Amino acid sequence: MSVALVFFESLDARLSSAQQELLTLAATLGEVHVVTGTPGDRAVDAVAVEGVQTVYTGDAEILTPDPALVDLLETAVQETAASAILAPDTPDSTDALARLAVRLDTGIITDAVGIDSERRVTKSVLAGSYTTTAEVAEDRALVATVKPNSVEAAVVAGQAPEVVALPVGPSLAEGAAASGGVEVLQRTPLEVSERPALTEARVVVAGGRGVDGNFGPLEELADELGAAIGASRAATDAGWIDHAAQVGQTGVTVSPQLYISAGISGAIQQRAGMQTAQTIVAINKDEDAPVFEIADFGVVGDLFEVVPQMVEELRRRKG
Amino acid sequence: MPESAAGTPLHIITLVKWVPDAQLERRFTAERRIDRSEGILGELDEYPLEAALQIKEAASRDVRVSALTIGPAGAATAAKKALQIGADDAFHLSDDALTGADVVATSAALAAAIEHVLADGDAEGEHLVITGMASEDGESGAVPPQLAERLGLNLVTQATAVALEEDRLVVTRASATEQQRLAAALPAVVSVTDQANEPRYPNFKAIMAAKKKPMTSWSLADVGLDASAVASKATVLTAEARPPRTAGEIITDEGDAGVKIVEFLAKERVL
Repeated sequence: MSVALVFFESLDARLSSAQQELLTLAATLGEVHVVTGTPGDRAVDAVAVEGVQTVYTGDAEILTPDPALVDLLETAVQETAASAILAPDTPDSTDALARLAVRLDTGIITDAVGIDSERRVTKSVLAGSYTTTAEVAEDRALVATVKPNSVEAAVVAGQAPEVVALPVGPSLAEGAAASGGVEVLQRTPLEVSERPALTEARVVVAGGRGVDGNFGPLEELADELGAAIGASRAATDAGWIDHAAQVGQTGVTVSPQLYISAGISGAIQQRAGMQTAQTIVAINKDEDAPVFEIADFGVVGDLFEVVPQMVEELRRRKG
Repeated sequence: MPESAAGTPLHIITLVKWVPDAQLERRFTAERRIDRSEGILGELDEYPLEAALQIKEAASRDVRVSALTIGPAGAATAAKKALQIGADDAFHLSDDALTGADVVATSAALAAAIEHVLADGDAEGEHLVITGMASEDGESGAVPPQLAERLGLNLVTQATAVALEEDRLVVTRASATEQQRLAAALPAVVSVTDQANEPRYPNFKAIMAAKKKPMTSWSLADVGLDASAVASKATVLTAEARPPRTAGEIITDEGDAGVKIVEFLAKERVL
């Protein structure tokens, strides 16, 4: 049976929704094994999931951006003879898989939204304006990163997988920069929001220039909908919200079920990041705003009146 | 090392790409390749150029900034723009065998080209390759790590700040879960995001000066490769234009639009 190897940079006590989706997808391609930089004793509970056979780790914790993660991946590929190596679409996983593809002399396909049983990969390209399918030759391993919200997660709790520690250790040592290498001077955890992660959220509420520095009403709406907060580049450049919230060509790309755009004109830069959303609702004062060309439902109006009324109506319906 | 590094020349190679203008309609050809009949210097490639120029301006040693591009004849435009912005010289690798190159083929060709740029002069100096966070058309971000892998260089990606401190680079970047400050020895490959700086615009004087700057054109054979070395590993089977989104119902708020949106969401079953 063919083998799908899934790479997670790190594992917390519980799988994120993107991690669950990836395990679900991997199971359609073959026997599933996991490889991660997190030590086995901490990783094993999270991946105690039906279908996951083994979790491969290093002989100590390996953290991004350590290139030892590539050595770990390469060793795990040798152990499993995997024909598909998958990872979530994050910068460090892309780096690790890209390097792995060079070592395996195979192709890499990033940002997949689907992979069929013949290992044909579907992705959305040119800012969502085209959908392509691509493949690597049958005799080569497929290396691919997968976008969140691409498949419906269906993982069932199961027995703890076997833990195999491979003889690979961390390589980013203190003082390494003085001897030709890379070292980490400082790590600062990104602020963890109570809200779902932007790239994984089923609902995104996004604000732009029109919020004029006040994301308060949008945050209230996001709370009612269990949504993540997004923003246009105008809003992040103005410093009204963290750059991590930027949706668009140079920010994150989202494909939620529902995208509510408030006070965003919808220039191509923005649209690139959200036009594959299933349903788009737009609120803007300017009836000529390009966002109305792609909105399923649009309101020409003041977001500071419309959004609070939405919140009120949602609360009324919840009773 | 710090004392000696101060006098060592530094050669920075910035990678630039001629891409279809994202502000216009972009399309695939019947051969399932991105239509490259027209293009511009990718906006994301202005940031690595700016990063290189800032390092050059801040340095007390000789710094040479070269722009390197791969692409069809038109790609020379992107290289010329890089010269106008401030690169000292430019290199353009063009070959029919590179048409439709995937990530792996692109990085193989670029790696060979970089080695040839470095061989063109200061072999004794230090080297740094700076790229954008991704190309604007391929959007993979996978080429910089593949270059580091092929060339055996240190890798730092997605930098939001880059500075050269004597003999090492100090870089700020964000991983999926944390902000990281890293130090990397040269030689290195660094990719920078659009947060890294504010790119400059070329002024008239710079545009005139660029005409005198050298630009070298290469074929694959010139960088020691044959077509088999740049064979794509991923094959595009289909490329379908996504049906354009059509505008739905647009209303003007008459005091009840908030309620109407919620009614729409309930009807669409997205609540």
